Amino acid sequence: MTLQTVLLMAAALFSVGLYGAISQQVVVMVMMGLELMVNGVILAAAGFWWFLAPNPDGQVLLMVIIAAMTVEMAMGFAVATLLHREHGTDMTDMAGDLSQ
Amino acid sequence: MVLDVGFWVVAVVAVASGAAVFIVDSMARATYALALSFIAVGVAVLMLRQDYVGVITILMMVMEMAVMAVYMVMFMGMNPALMPMSMVHDNRRAVGAAVATFVVLGAGALLIPWPTRRGAPPADPTRALGEALMGPHMLAMVVISPVMVATIVAGVVLAAHRTRYDRFGDDLRRRPARDPRRGGVGR
Repeated sequence: MTLQTVLLMAAALFSVGLYGAISQQVVVMVMMGLELMVNGVILAAAGFWWFLAPNPDGQVLLMVIIAAMTVEMAMGFAVATLLHREHGTDMTDMAGDLSQ
Repeated sequence: MVLDVGFWVVAVVAVASGAAVFIVDSMARATYALALSFIAVGVAVLMLRQDYVGVITILMMVMEMAVMAVYMVMFMGMNPALMPMSMVHDNRRAVGAAVATFVVLGAGALLIPWPTRRGAPPADPTRALGEALMGPHMLAMVVISPVMVATIVAGVVLAAHRTRYDRFGDDLRRRPARDPRRGGVGR
């Protein structure tokens, strides 16, 4: 286990998540892609912490990333609820007004 | 050696189950695959000696997958385990973007001459994290707290069916309130 292998794993997770976030039509599936991307970032940050500078500051940064993930998840579920209520859909293609 | 083998196993499980999220043909299986991927990442973080962050990641993700399962049942109106589906758009471009991203990030990971480690890891990383959060880095948590409160409020406002602004107008002065059905005291 080296920094390179950890970063490779993180890059693979990030790329798979990016594919999902771009390609999926269902809002919940898009959120799954975003979660995978953030998970890759968490793993990369953990690798940097352990292999480069194992002091408490880096762990605090990880806590901030996890908090950002929580916010993304909560707001995503709220938007999915709103979307379903307003349009009766859970597909991104039918929610073009979110981009305006 | 054991740690290396364990890490590779965890890495393969995390990436393979992450990819399976978008390959399997039902959302229930996708949810389980994503939960497995998150647990594998949590174990990898535990291997990097970040006990608290690893456990938090695993617990949070398992709970989130439970919420996602409820959402699927709520919104898709079906038993998600029995409904095969493939809902993608712009698949070729998405695959291209993902592969290009992996190549760039992977090349960076392998080609950059990373510096050597500065300092030694604390004997108890969890204790060090707690002392940092309660000491010099308290500002981080102090900032995150109102963000969390704002998220709760925004989530409720977005998801609520009717709020007091729907009843009393934008200036909250409309009387009587606009309710779908008359009733109650003074209405």
